[in-house]
Amino acid sequence: MTQIVDLPDPEQLALRILRRERAAVASGLNLLDNKLAEARNRSARLLAALAGEHWLKDGHLIGITGPPGAGKSSLVAAMIREWRLSGRSVGVLAVDPSSRPELGGGALLGDRIRIKHASYDEGLFIRSLANRNQLGGVANEVWPMSWLMLACFDIVVIETVGVGQTEIDIAEIGDTVCYVAQPASGDTIQYLKSGIIEIPDIFAVNKADLGAAAHKTASEIGRSAPRQDRREDWDYPVCLVSATTHTGITAMLEHCDRHRSFLANAGWLDKLRLRHQRAWVVRLLKEEFGTFGLELLGGRHLIGQRLSENPSHQFAEYERMRKHIFSRFISINQPGSPTT
Amino acid sequence: MPAAPKDRDQPWLMRTYSGHSSAKASNELYRTNLAKGQTGLSVAFDLPTQTGYDADSPLARGEVGKVGVPISHIEDMDQLFAEIPLDKMNTSMTINATAAWLLSLYVGLAQRRGIAPSQLSGTTQNDIIKEYLSRGTYIYPPGPSMRLIADTINYTVKHVPKWNPTNVCSYHLQEAGATPVQELAYALCTAMAVLDRVKASGEIEAQAFPQVVERISFFVNAGIRFVEECCKLRAFGELWDQLTLTRYQVTDPKLRRFRYGVQVNSLGLTEAQPENNVQRIVLEMLAVVLSKRARARAIQLPAWNEAMGLPRPWDQQWALRMQQVMAFETDLLEYGDILDGSPVIAAKVSELIEGARREIENVEAQGGIIAAIESGYIKRELVGSHMDRLRAIESGDLKIIGVNCFQETAESPLTLGGDGAIMKTDPAAEREQIERLQAHRRNRNDAEVRAALQALTDAAKSGENVMPGSIRCALAGVSTGEWGDTLRAVFGEFRPPTGIDIAIDSRQVLGKKDQVSELRERVARTGNAIGRPLKLLVGKPGLDGHSNGAEQVAVKARDVGFEVVYDGIRLTPQQIAQAAQEEGVHVVGLSILSGSHMELVESVLQELRSRDLANLPVIAGGIIPREDAERLVALGVRAVYTPKDFSLNAIMGDIVDLVRECNGLERLGLLH
Ligand code: B12
Ligand SMILES: Nc1nc2c(ncn2[C@@H]2O[C@H](COP(=O)(O)OP(=O)(O)O)[C@@H](O)[C@H]2O)c(=O)[nH]1
Ligand SMILES: [Mg+2]
Repeated sequence: MTQIVDLPDPEQLALRILRRERAAVASGLNLLDNKLAEARNRSARLLAALAGEHWLKDGHLIGITGPPGAGKSSLVAAMIREWRLSGRSVGVLAVDPSSRPELGGGALLGDRIRIKHASYDEGLFIRSLANRNQLGGVANEVWPMSWLMLACFDIVVIETVGVGQTEIDIAEIGDTVCYVAQPASGDTIQYLKSGIIEIPDIFAVNKADLGAAAHKTASEIGRSAPRQDRREDWDYPVCLVSATTHTGITAMLEHCDRHRSFLANAGWLDKLRLRHQRAWVVRLLKEEFGTFGLELLGGRHLIGQRLSENPSHQFAEYERMRKHIFSRFISINQPGSPTT
Repeated sequence: MPAAPKDRDQPWLMRTYSGHSSAKASNELYRTNLAKGQTGLSVAFDLPTQTGYDADSPLARGEVGKVGVPISHIEDMDQLFAEIPLDKMNTSMTINATAAWLLSLYVGLAQRRGIAPSQLSGTTQNDIIKEYLSRGTYIYPPGPSMRLIADTINYTVKHVPKWNPTNVCSYHLQEAGATPVQELAYALCTAMAVLDRVKASGEIEAQAFPQVVERISFFVNAGIRFVEECCKLRAFGELWDQLTLTRYQVTDPKLRRFRYGVQVNSLGLTEAQPENNVQRIVLEMLAVVLSKRARARAIQLPAWNEAMGLPRPWDQQWALRMQQVMAFETDLLEYGDILDGSPVIAAKVSELIEGARREIENVEAQGGIIAAIESGYIKRELVGSHMDRLRAIESGDLKIIGVNCFQETAESPLTLGGDGAIMKTDPAAEREQIERLQAHRRNRNDAEVRAALQALTDAAKSGENVMPGSIRCALAGVSTGEWGDTLRAVFGEFRPPTGIDIAIDSRQVLGKKDQVSELRERVARTGNAIGRPLKLLVGKPGLDGHSNGAEQVAVKARDVGFEVVYDGIRLTPQQIAQAAQEEGVHVVGLSILSGSHMELVESVLQELRSRDLANLPVIAGGIIPREDAERLVALGVRAVYTPKDFSLNAIMGDIVDLVRECNGLERLGLLH
């Protein structure tokens, strides 16, 4: 099959990615997106080759979530402008919804237009992704892709599909999660009530240029946010921003930086990232094989242990576990073998 | 007995929309057209002039002098109107984002020739809203753009009273797919936004406001359903009359008259059997002249070869003659309104009025037309309407003679000539324009240029009317790009929503249903075989604003299961290649209708090669003459589509096969 011949050599690709070659980043992302068996093997090798200590210490993974139309993409654009001015390179993963499978499952990936205004910029890389009808506001592919980007960009931003209440996944990817609200929106109020408020580390009330309503929403959020005291010592800031007039952006970015230092100083950054990796492996396995699949591997606890033994090879470990389940399935389905 | 000439109504103003290559060449064309009996001028500008770039800007590459005349500074304007008396001429300029600038050049030129601005008459199109929705030559965000419109209105009402400072356009909305009701509703919402903005500027005293209302004229469309279109124009008149009375308290009925010019529908003009376009154009014209109460003030007609490329002088002459036959040979102008009293017409008119009122209320409830543009609502509605139209053509429910029925034809003698039966612009025009501009820059007073630009910046910032500062710039020899950039620095730039994110499940018709299901299956199967879902980039390189084709290809591709990246119009080849790389697409589809396909496609291919993407398949579509299509294929383009390829399903089938072939899979062939 020709397409396998065309798959890149993962170790060489990793070297080029670490050198921040754009073409290599692009083909690495293509590889991670590829579901053919040989591509999965090479993906695991690619991520293993990219792994290392730095993966738990460097860079900053920032998740941006919030209802559709709140201005997430516009705000990401404004943030990028500041980061680029200060010389930091940025990778973006923007997730858009797919249409339902019975309607073809296609997708319009329209965030680039909002995020990108500068013409050509070597230090910015945007990949749009369709969520492919997976629940939770991001796509499974986001997990390995964000790790690839972390190996070559100072900042990695993930913009979720704005679905309002269900995008809990982002909490299992980002070091720092920002919730973007828009003034006087019912979505936000519902969100406040739903209790998922504990996820975001930073709240940004966008469209502050619209005036009083923005202040009102900000103070409503301000009132409910601290109650959660998820992590002591973190103050869950609420900032008023306007992507359009570019106000409040630097303050918001300072909160992002401050949150990252907070995690690093408390010794939580690497732990958080490891925890996220484990959560993703379990999630992906469960999605593919169900609880039964997890049982075949000895249950969540054992899976966690296996992953902890080899912190920089989580993806390879995941592939091994997948293959293990497959082989068990096959042997179970052999004639004569007991079905439990 | 034929009526005595004095009993006949005056005919409308007859225009031909034209301009190409250079100010000099266009001036010659205008003078011949005037000699042929044309009674007004309608200037087509090239895209750099319309989007505020100089001829030597990298963004202007390949576009200078192509679809209109390049005007870079006052000397170009002088040449364009050489030997044409400005005080006697009625000049219509299709200019929008840079309208204040071109008007300043015109006024400045008049001053230089010793003609008082008060003697000038004509029109600047100057409607930014339909640029965001359809036409594509926007620059600044809505706020500052509306302010520029208000500035030109406030200025002309006081100093150039015979000028129509703005022409609210529904024409372009129909060309982007709008239904008659949408055309009515969105045009009237636009007029309200303009008038409200002028009112808010506080520059006009309350008792003078009716004069402003009177200066608002419209530019509308008339499609082939000419009975309905005629009713639409009567509906327009009634709605405008009521609106100006109730919302703006204009008590004098004369000031409430709905004044409009027309270009008839071109979207329905075909590449196949192009001679049939002549009948279409004549019937469409009938819609806007038939009813005396709702008759057009000015008409310009497209030519029979509209879907093939730019018209030659003879093609335009033929279109002008259609008007002249209608006005001077028929008895049309001898009667009063021949539709008054018809219950059928009255019922249709009320139905349209009802529909328009509902949609106007809907838009007002969303905060007005600007808000509804920013949110993407109106653009989505237009893309949806156009999609419905194309699907009806594809399914055969909407018959287009020569396209989806009666396709068999004898060879047409009209298209036999060696020139491809279209106008070829001067290939040396771009270089010459650049040389002329650079020589001009050397010959002007730099200090005065700088001072004039500073004054413009100050006015833009302070909120003072930009017209006096712009006229000073014109006289100082400032260039179009300098004017545009100066305001860009103050106002910023804007890209409106693309509107392709229409809800997929709310649309019932999907063209030929069985074909769509088959396509979905093919797309999914191919994605599985190559490991990830098929991803298509639809790209619009250059300054070309024709987005219809790109939008519909994008929407269709999504419907059949592609993951589609489309970032809107006016991107550089570099931006497109970069997006192709970052997004990891399987195929790049370029859409180009501006005539600059050779330069632009070549640049995109080169940019792809420089990113290790030489093997990424590229296809192209748009107004591309056959010989150019062959040259593009020789450059490596895998397929070229033109308007005669009306079946989007068939195009999708081809794209799937192209991806399959490039990935070592066998082709699946034609759809069943
Ligand atoms: C509609 C229209 C407009 C609308 C555009 C609305 C919009 N948002 O798209 C309006 C009124 C705004 C407009 C304006 C202008 N227009 Co115009 N317009 C047309 C018209 C009548 C139809 C084009 C169209 O939309 N067709 C419907 C779509 C669905 O068809 P399509 O784009 O051709 O796409 C089909 C195929 O070509 C192919 N395809 C196209 N792209 C792609 C891409 C891919 C990937 C694939 C696979 C296939 C594919 O598939 C489609 C399905 O069949 C044509 C003439 C004609 N009848 O074709 C002139 C025409 C394109 N316009 C023309 C001109 C000059 C202009 C102006 C520049 C005039 C001026 N000087 O100001 C302006 C400015 C526009 C700008 N900013 O660039 C010229 C271009 C001349 C040339 N190429 O040499 C034409 C040919 C008319 C003429 N004969 O003079 N226009
Ligand atoms: N007034 C105002 N509008 C904004 C602002 N930020 C974004 N918008 C508008 O909100 C709409 C949605 O923006 P987008 O970034 O696409 O939102 P997303 O769906 O959350 O990614 C667009 O029309 C933007 O122009 C802002 O700061 N002020
Ligand atoms: Mg977004």
